[in-house]
Amino acid sequence: MLGALTLIFTCQLIGETTTRALDLPLPGPVAGMVLLFIYLAVRGGISADMSRVADGLLSHLALLFVPAGVGVMLHFRLLGEEWLPIAVALIASTALTIAVTAWVMHLLTRKSGDQPDG
Amino acid sequence: MDELQEVWVYLNTTPLLHLTLTLLAFQGANWLFRKCGRTPLLNPVMVSVVVLVAFLLITGTSYGAYFEGAQFVHFLLGPATVCLAIPLYRQFEKVRKSALAIMASLFVGSLTAIASAIGIAMALGASQATLSSLAPKSVTAPVAMGVTEQLGGLPSLTAVLVILTGILGAMIGPVLLTKLGIRNEAARGFAIGTASHGIGTARALQLGEVSGAFAGLAMGLNALATAILLPLLWGLIF
Repeated sequence: MLGALTLIFTCQLIGETTTRALDLPLPGPVAGMVLLFIYLAVRGGISADMSRVADGLLSHLALLFVPAGVGVMLHFRLLGEEWLPIAVALIASTALTIAVTAWVMHLLTRKSGDQPDG
Repeated sequence: MDELQEVWVYLNTTPLLHLTLTLLAFQGANWLFRKCGRTPLLNPVMVSVVVLVAFLLITGTSYGAYFEGAQFVHFLLGPATVCLAIPLYRQFEKVRKSALAIMASLFVGSLTAIASAIGIAMALGASQATLSSLAPKSVTAPVAMGVTEQLGGLPSLTAVLVILTGILGAMIGPVLLTKLGIRNEAARGFAIGTASHGIGTARALQLGEVSGAFAGLAMGLNALATAILLPLLWGLIF
């Protein structure tokens, strides 16, 4: 477990440092994800240890957003002042984005005949 | 009564209380979610946030004091994001095969997210500060906050709008896609990840590894696409 955790943290650390140093429009952890992916591709597989740690962390991914979500309490006043445009824009735009994106992807994968089955 | 007061003071000076409460609230919310047939109305992130905010308001605790404890959970967000490489690697054959569809959906999805948010809020009379804080709502918080800053908005408001968008996407995404008759797991995951970043990805992972892998990929790609497209689009509108 320690080996996998160290590798994950190292990828994130390199990711955070390079995105900052090069001023890339990418969050450090996403760059870390790319690095870990490259590592796995070079290694040619995922170790059992890494599978266990990653699956463990990802199975509770939703929990990790709770502390940031509680930050909503800092903006009650601002949200209250313009609640209508904000609420309508969030709901309608999110639904529209999901529908349009899925529709385009569905259409293109079906046409080219290599639809990833699901 | 004095002793109770002392215990309360002690609890407020250690991270243990708010860390434990965060875990308890989430597990309780998860239990409720499963008990009620996984109805999207009881999204566990939303329920936990509501319960915790209510608790903090009732006890008069500041967000800063709460975060002293909760930061240990928050910290794991970075490593967990790195871990999204694992489902992506396992599903890479599928990703490689649909590379063209991915690029096209990403472009259309990213533009839709930005343009519809700005358009709708503008039509309903939102202020310019709100518009620039709302525009990058679909991408993961650190990137969204950076973009908002560039446009002259309020990064801390953006953080909240990003979280709300994530919760909304996790709530309505699966139901909406089923209603639209889209069963293709890759398309479902990619759409949820594009519109609602990490919180959507967390939901997509529960639906299956294929949708989880495509959602994680979409989250990363849309962070990049929005950071490039939004400032360009903003320059055209304003």
